[in-house]
Amino acid sequence: MKDIKHLVVSAIKDGTVIDHIPAKDLFKVISILGLDRIENQVTFGSNLDSKKLGKKAIIKISGLFFRNEDINKIALVAPEAKLNIIKDYNVIEKKVVEVPDNITGIAKCVNPKCITNNEEIVTKFSVVDKKKVILKCYYCEKITDQDNMRII
Amino acid sequence: MNPGYVFLHTNKSPYMKNRSLVSINDYSKEEYLKILNLAEEFEKNPRQEILNGHVVATLFFEPSTRTRLSFESAVNRLGGRILGFADSSSSSATKGETLRDTIKMVCSYADLIVMRHPLEGSARFASEVSTVPVINAGDGANQHPTQTLLDLYSIRKTQGTLENLNIFMVGDLKYGRTVHSLLMAMSQFNATFYFISPDELKMPDEYKRYLKSMGLKFYEFKDFTDIINQADIIYMTRVQKERFSDPIEYERTKNTYILRHHMLKDSRANMKILHPLPRVNEIHLDVDSSEKAYYFTQALNGVFVRQAIISSILGLK
Repeated sequence: MKDIKHLVVSAIKDGTVIDHIPAKDLFKVISILGLDRIENQVTFGSNLDSKKLGKKAIIKISGLFFRNEDINKIALVAPEAKLNIIKDYNVIEKKVVEVPDNITGIAKCVNPKCITNNEEIVTKFSVVDKKKVILKCYYCEKITDQDNMRII
Repeated sequence: MNPGYVFLHTNKSPYMKNRSLVSINDYSKEEYLKILNLAEEFEKNPRQEILNGHVVATLFFEPSTRTRLSFESAVNRLGGRILGFADSSSSSATKGETLRDTIKMVCSYADLIVMRHPLEGSARFASEVSTVPVINAGDGANQHPTQTLLDLYSIRKTQGTLENLNIFMVGDLKYGRTVHSLLMAMSQFNATFYFISPDELKMPDEYKRYLKSMGLKFYEFKDFTDIINQADIIYMTRVQKERFSDPIEYERTKNTYILRHHMLKDSRANMKILHPLPRVNEIHLDVDSSEKAYYFTQALNGVFVRQAIISSILGLK
């Protein structure tokens, strides 16, 4: 019998494919990248089998190419994500997400007594551990880690 | 984990002038020493009219006796004028004004802002919004850098040096902001640290990791009666009942962290006892008569140190 390679999310002609997103964080990635507010065609699949992640999600965006600093924002929720840049149905470039040194906005400080949780202020963090994605608040200097990280 | 991560987010720049002082980590070792030398000068000659024509705003959104009075005393002795409020009930904060708006308004009335606020990070935020420098006089449980500088001044004055000392920190080492800032500052002077606290209030791991990364020695104890004679400085803090999850544990340990006169008999001749004050019962009244009790003089040193900080930030010294 012949192997059937079937694409669950169909191919795009030009654009960006974001693969290896943890399935539970698909909608966070969509929200961080603002994909819920753009007019480009966006297709996605979730709870797909993945050897690495167990269940993964994939997003394909037609006609959109990201700047590195924008795509790196998703590192907070999908540090293992991989990007394929597609031109004319071919992968012309592969990219991995890199955890940036500083994060502005996106995450909430875990400390309820932090000024950023009490007044309208854009949060700012430095990333003190890129592997475990541990953030230190620029204002109150408290640590926010993966377990208690909330995405704005 | 990056071992140095407690030391991030500094706003170090080559000049102290016009630079806010928000966190003790904003200053380098050389800058600590510059402030201490200047404070020594002010101790010899506390009345200098160098702040003539200057206005300092003291914004205390949370009451504080010692810190506010010593800042106001420092400004007055330098001939400056003060405006501000002593608690938030007499400010527009009660009408719902944001901190952003209050600071934007005040910085057009004053040359310098001294602020205490119950929310953590409020001072860093104020320093971003303000067009004049901000001195943090305490932002919640986060930072209180002028306290640390006066602690350093007291240590150097009593020991003749800041280098190679045995620093005992006793009591609540988990939540106490003064001990965390003092640890960061003293780590620049090759100190050896002795942490004495109940299990529930131990020094947080991030600070221990930081000391390891600096190659500094530290020891942890639950009781200090047997080791007290090793100390050059004993820095006492309050152990508050509400910090314990188990009230029985509090009852069991509360007397372990009370310093009494008889415990001092074999202590070093140079040893001095410091406390950020206010104390409750952690230093017994019978210690006050000992020449090793330094906490009230420590509070007095606050005026000289604050004179030094204000005049260097305003570029007058």
